[in-house]
Amino acid sequence: MAEEPAPGARIVRGHVGIGPRVSGEALVAEDHFSARYDLDRIAGVFSRPSHKLHGQSYVGKVLVLIGAKGGVATAWMLRNMAEAGRAPLALLLNTSNPIMAQGAAFADLAFMDRFETDITKAVAMGDRVTVDPAGGIIIIDKR
Amino acid sequence: MRLNDIEQAMLAGALGEPRRWAIEQQRRVGRFFDAEDFVPIAQVHLMADAESLGPVGVEFLEKMAAAPPEHRRVRVPSITDPRGIDFDAYRRLGQTEAMASLERRAIDAFRAMGFLMTDTCINYQTVMPPVLGEHIAFGDTGSTIYANSVQGARSNFEGGPSALAAALTGRTPRYGYHVPEGRRATRVFVLRDRPTDLSGWGALGGVIGRKLQSYWQVPAVMGVDEPPSSDELKHFGAALASFGTVALFHMIGVTPEAPELPAVLGPVVPATQSIGADDIADFYASYGGGGDKLDVVVFAAPQLSLVEMQQVADLLDGRQVHPQTAVLVVTSPEIKSACDRLGLTQRIERAGAIVLKGVCFYQMHAREIGEAMGWKRLMSNSAKLVNIIGGYGYTPSLGSMAACIDAAVAGKVPEKAW
Repeated sequence: MAEEPAPGARIVRGHVGIGPRVSGEALVAEDHFSARYDLDRIAGVFSRPSHKLHGQSYVGKVLVLIGAKGGVATAWMLRNMAEAGRAPLALLLNTSNPIMAQGAAFADLAFMDRFETDITKAVAMGDRVTVDPAGGIIIIDKR
Repeated sequence: MRLNDIEQAMLAGALGEPRRWAIEQQRRVGRFFDAEDFVPIAQVHLMADAESLGPVGVEFLEKMAAAPPEHRRVRVPSITDPRGIDFDAYRRLGQTEAMASLERRAIDAFRAMGFLMTDTCINYQTVMPPVLGEHIAFGDTGSTIYANSVQGARSNFEGGPSALAAALTGRTPRYGYHVPEGRRATRVFVLRDRPTDLSGWGALGGVIGRKLQSYWQVPAVMGVDEPPSSDELKHFGAALASFGTVALFHMIGVTPEAPELPAVLGPVVPATQSIGADDIADFYASYGGGGDKLDVVVFAAPQLSLVEMQQVADLLDGRQVHPQTAVLVVTSPEIKSACDRLGLTQRIERAGAIVLKGVCFYQMHAREIGEAMGWKRLMSNSAKLVNIIGGYGYTPSLGSMAACIDAAVAGKVPEKAW
């Protein structure tokens, strides 16, 4: 199943994750993630005024952030968002908490953490990223 | 992960589809966190308000609830976190029939599975307090951190699907706070100035929480000479969990695993950080809003204890809430019954406030309520609530309980609210 990475593409290793292999455009910030605290889940944008991605759409993006914050609601919400076509394509965090993993497992969302490097610095906004949770790697094609 | 015979049988579907789904969900999470096996649990606390569930989640529950009783019934005592609708009050708050209908469907499904609808996030104070060393699966950050820290139980944050799975299997993957090594302090804070009220303890939780970056960090707090009250620890823990996404703290000389600092340290001794009144004042000031017209005051997150309900009633006696300001006072169904019996509900509502039961403000479609009622500026004594509610279109202010009541009577946010 593994295809050859494009010339110049970079492979970054992480812990084996959850969910399907996907490819998409990266949306990156040095900030945290909580579906309840940070998102307008109807509009599909970050709604928390203090969030670094405030006003930006996360729908269909490979969302790359530092870690999880906030409460437990994300565990339910990711599946609702996915079925409504209002979910990110994948979620990559430096450090997860149980809620994100539980939500990703429930929603079957591509999800990884514990990378060999700070993932918010390795991936730039707009890069094309292939996420392979079962293989524990991501492939970054610089835009 | 190692699975024993009954866990293998569940995975094979021999105990029905709900338990097969549940153990598979738990195994995926356990593998993600390198759990070696499962640990049996004594009780489950489930967060599953209809706003979080959405129609997709409710349909999922209904499928579970349609399974034969021997397949769908929970295996351990299982109780619920606050819900999104108080059926005695929802129309007054601009909530819709569609919201109420979704809520009814979720409740029917949970009852069919054997959940006790306690609808409370202060279950550790009011339902069945966990005990030292007990493995549990708690599904609200505030209830988890209190049970772990103050009562010495063992739980990770178990989000809705995960707590539901734990109820159906009677176990949870053994990782994180179920493992002794995961419970050691990784950060040490020294308190110079003791907070003077509930919101101050919440602010302290917020100050420390903002300094933490991950679920796996465990703060130890030194310098607390006399034990805080249960309500003070409740506000501290709820805010710490909300701002820091952490599930355990040790308070040296207060919490049961931490008679002294060395008892909770691992091989690496962390540096200490000092926290004082200036840090807490800066935290309050970061919310501001002084002089603004006040739309709504909310006492919730966590739900109020009986003692807090009495404090609100005392502060409201002989006064009247400003006609352009609403006051919501939120507690559990059991405490509401006690308040009715003791006359506290009547005293609070005589002043123009509304007592709600079995809900929590941010779990009840707060964005839609704000739009329906025209509410924007919100004031609370809960650091946790002001942290959450900004994402729902509100502009929050933080103040003491007394300052919140004064502001509600005046109809505007004071310049200094603590």
